[in-house]
Amino acid sequence: MVDTKTASGQPERLQLLRVLGPAHIWALGVGIVLVGEYMGWNFAVGKGGMIAGLIACWVAGLLYTCVAMIDSEVTSTVAAAGGQYAQAKHIVGPLMAFNVGLFLVMAYTMLEAANAITIGFLLDTVAGMQGHSGLHQQPFIVLCVMFLAWLNYRGVLATLTFNLVITAIAFMAIIALFLSVQFGVSSVPLDFSAVTTDPMPYGWIGILASLHFGLWYYLGIEGTCQAAEEVRSPARSLPYGTMAGIMTLLIAATMTWYVCSGLIPWEYLGQAGTPLFDAARVTGNRGLMVLLFIGTMFSTLASANGCINDASRAWFSMGRDRYLPIWFGAVHPVYRTPYRSIIFLVPIALIFALGAPLDQVVTFSILSGLLGYTFMTFNMVMFRKKWPLDTIKRGYVHPMHPLPTIVLLILCATAYVAVFLGYGTQLIAMVSFYIIASLWFHFRRYRFVRRGDQFTMPWPRPEGY
Amino acid sequence: MDIWTILEYAAWALSALFALLMLSDMVRIDTTYDNDLLTSSREGEIEAAAERHTL
Repeated sequence: MVDTKTASGQPERLQLLRVLGPAHIWALGVGIVLVGEYMGWNFAVGKGGMIAGLIACWVAGLLYTCVAMIDSEVTSTVAAAGGQYAQAKHIVGPLMAFNVGLFLVMAYTMLEAANAITIGFLLDTVAGMQGHSGLHQQPFIVLCVMFLAWLNYRGVLATLTFNLVITAIAFMAIIALFLSVQFGVSSVPLDFSAVTTDPMPYGWIGILASLHFGLWYYLGIEGTCQAAEEVRSPARSLPYGTMAGIMTLLIAATMTWYVCSGLIPWEYLGQAGTPLFDAARVTGNRGLMVLLFIGTMFSTLASANGCINDASRAWFSMGRDRYLPIWFGAVHPVYRTPYRSIIFLVPIALIFALGAPLDQVVTFSILSGLLGYTFMTFNMVMFRKKWPLDTIKRGYVHPMHPLPTIVLLILCATAYVAVFLGYGTQLIAMVSFYIIASLWFHFRRYRFVRRGDQFTMPWPRPEGY
Repeated sequence: MDIWTILEYAAWALSALFALLMLSDMVRIDTTYDNDLLTSSREGEIEAAAERHTL
């Protein structure tokens, strides 16, 4: 065994490496999400028409702006791996923390599986265009998960630098498509006549139902705070990266809706598998087609890559606090990554990627995300109440409290109704799963938690305690 | 055998390679280093060293 004492005789401690900057945080947040612009959001158009797609884009944008503001304030103070899990542990309590940790792991692992499925689908489409029918998608799905897991295993700096490059290319591809269409490259003109001739084909219920898929535009931006323990200056970088990320996504989402809705009839757009790529095909420009295909592939890879990073940090944090076996709380002595957590989550992602339909996997991811956003509302209220602004230093203070919290809660409730309309069984199954997991944690697992050790922030005693 | 069939086999082979690289390294690390060292990370220590939450 290797010597584990430092020169001063103190036991050596392995920590995650602080090597990331604001750009990596941006790449993590936008990288996870941008795939939602390339596919998925357009089902909102199918649910309620062209106008519904735009309303879902902006209402979901408002929801996630609230999420980003709240998250930036809390995480600039609770700068620990695990993100919202660590926040819940310090502000609400252990049972909430356990649930939030599970929400995070489920949301990101399911999204990773969905991305791997999408990679297989995209390659199958390309093979079909080249005359090869019946491509086996499984090896490409497995390779996607294995390669990205290996990259994550080898170190966070390379992982998120890779994400930065491919996310930037995918974002620039959307900008290039928008500008090209604006400057007349497209052989088909933009047509928004459906806005006036058929504004709400399914009425207000269609608008409500569209919100479910509107979440796709931004789902995962809250993942930025999982890097809190690996960023050089968390109080500065996390709010910068997160707020820059949500601004990027609001721009990208609106451009995406504009270009796709203008080029593709809403009846087709509502069912398209790859709407941005399809819009590029409609323009008839080969260069744009290639660019948007690369953008689609890169955004999908970036999302899966960020999801592995975030799910493993949440799982690692829970292991470190003994909410799960401590074995998961190990740090690699050379690469300084949570290597056991990364490897453990690989087969789970593969089971869902190879064995479950895409829409079910995505819905489970969205539901877990929604549960997490709901937690943020009362977490924020408790945080400001227990530690008012003049008691602890914050890297970012979000304005107009409690208005963003109230707006977020109302929008979350609306989104639950929207999801229930299409996937009520899954919503009930998911909530039942978390109730059973909570009972297991309360009665069987919490006895192993070292109760004093888990509260680590050097904060003053909360107000009223 | 066309290019896509070859790519399928290549994807399987690369997947196995990445899995092997990770698993062999994990076994090597777990047998080389003491488990107490590997699980010695502490959340508060990093935070306390980086910044103090006082005004």
